[in-house]
Amino acid sequence: MLSVKNLEVVYQDVILVLKGISINLPRNKVVALLGANGAGKTTVLRAISGLLDIQNGKITKGEIIYDEKNITNSNPSEIVKMGVSQVLEGRRIFSEITVLENLKLGAHTNTQNFEKNVERVFDLFPLLKSREGNIAGYLSGGEQQMLAIGRSLMSEPDYLLLDEPSLGLAPKLVDQIAELVLEINNLGVSVLLVEQNANMALNISDHAYIMENGTIVMDKNSLELKEDEDVQEFYLGLNSNSTERKSFRDVKHYKRKKRWLS
Amino acid sequence: MTFFIQVFIEGIALGAVYSLVALGFVIIFKATDVLSFAQPALAALGAGFICYFATEAGINFWLSLLIGIFLTGAVGLLIERTVLRQMVGEPVFSVAVITIGVDILIRTFLDDWIGDEPRFLGDSFTSYGNFGSFSIGEFNFKYLEMAGLFVAFIVILLLNLFFKKSRYGLAMLATSFDQETALAQGINVGRVFGLAWFIGGLLAAIAGFVFTGGFNTLTQLSFVLALRALPAVVIGGLDSIPGAIIGSLIIGVTQSLAGYYQYSIEEYFDINLGLGFSTVAPYIIMFFILLVKPEGLFGTKEVERV
Ligand SMILES: Nc1ncnc2c1ncn2[C@@H]1O[C@H](COP(=O)(O)OP(=O)(O)OP(=O)(O)O)[C@@H](O)[C@H]1O
Ligand SMILES: [Mg+2]
Repeated sequence: MLSVKNLEVVYQDVILVLKGISINLPRNKVVALLGANGAGKTTVLRAISGLLDIQNGKITKGEIIYDEKNITNSNPSEIVKMGVSQVLEGRRIFSEITVLENLKLGAHTNTQNFEKNVERVFDLFPLLKSREGNIAGYLSGGEQQMLAIGRSLMSEPDYLLLDEPSLGLAPKLVDQIAELVLEINNLGVSVLLVEQNANMALNISDHAYIMENGTIVMDKNSLELKEDEDVQEFYLGLNSNSTERKSFRDVKHYKRKKRWLS
Repeated sequence: MTFFIQVFIEGIALGAVYSLVALGFVIIFKATDVLSFAQPALAALGAGFICYFATEAGINFWLSLLIGIFLTGAVGLLIERTVLRQMVGEPVFSVAVITIGVDILIRTFLDDWIGDEPRFLGDSFTSYGNFGSFSIGEFNFKYLEMAGLFVAFIVILLLNLFFKKSRYGLAMLATSFDQETALAQGINVGRVFGLAWFIGGLLAAIAGFVFTGGFNTLTQLSFVLALRALPAVVIGGLDSIPGAIIGSLIIGVTQSLAGYYQYSIEEYFDINLGLGFSTVAPYIIMFFILLVKPEGLFGTKEVERV
């Protein structure tokens, strides 16, 4: 089990973003982490995989436990070696080099099983096999997401952290991603799925957490959550029309751009 | 025409050696986002090490050459670990100033050891053939220059192999593309930084030897030769490996041609270009290229902000 216990995270020494968060990711489960933009979902993943430092963020309280081992503040290289791998928000493939070279980089900490793992990735994503010599930047958005997921599977993780894999993909591709997450889970990999697409995430997860403003506001079995009226209204958009949801996405993109410029 | 070809080839050979310094600069910048102005001092230091081992310590020259090159790489690594690791995340400009400090510090110690008299490096390039040169038909070449061209060629091939085929070469490329994503793959970015400086040191030392071997000798001003690789980097683009090589060749050929044809140009235009014209000429080329392409011939737009 991968557990986050009472985690507090601060950016730039002053911006308190996580205010005591606890999350459990049991073995062989899919757990969803939902919430609006800026709730702190990505920050949770960064804290787990040791990527806060580069963002000038710090864990000020709480701990992260990997099968009884305290891995709080371990460096990302150790964490990947241990078996936790994160797919960053926005795919972030290395676009100047080939698909295969991207996969090789995913296998940086695990070179001895390269052949076996690359086979496994090509089984999951046959499309990548036919493109293995192509420059990754020329792949379509969906293909790039698959490459990003495939790349992080190359380290043979026990726990996979997925940050908004459906972002910006057409509905048909979102379904495909959902199926893939289940398939990966069936291979014995536990998945922590961060999503804006609550509907998809609740359909494929066993358990779900909803975050608001740096705290967990709901912590329930995914089926139960789907039935919850508040969740239906605010996250599944059952009472709002679809154009509204679309504009929500645009706001998100705008926010993100602004954040990176500053 | 024969004369022109010979001068041109000399320029290429000179440029190839400049490219070693320029490549060190670019590799460090790409991997760590640091503009390293310590490369000239590292080049002189490499020559100093070789000279010390081959002449004062009395070790076989070729062995001294190897030791000197690796020791300079180690110094590069040490600089990264002790000085620059503290500066990660600081503005590019402040870090660049720190490297100038490192450059001056190294040269202060080195100059003290070199003294006022030029030092021979203990190699035998002075004694090969006719004053260290040989002839093919009408052409006359210096052994050391041609060795420099050959070594630069091999080094560039090896670097290419390193980036394409080795685990850490690929990791270094990844780090230069996107540091956060590299970290997420479990790449030890600190190690990549150190490795970039180690390679920067190796390359500087190799160039340092070619600049000071044979009759060239090591003096307190030898670092200036490596400093001339700087316009090459600016011409090629700070973050481009092919750019560093092509920029260096442009500089080398310009300098060589300007040196040999200065008199004819002066006569033709009836002007006086002054003593250091051949060393100023590369800067003139740099100026015109930057007017047209401010990011250098092969640089990416992003670097403009630096
Ligand atoms: N590097 C950073 N420095 C300072 N503040 C940050 C940084 N990264 C994120 N934040 C802030 O922390 C809060 C949480 O951000 P985070 O990216 O974790 O949210 P999120 O739930 O992933 O949002 P989104 O759905 O938009 O990806 C936001 O208010 C954001 O502006
Ligand atoms: Mg996010």
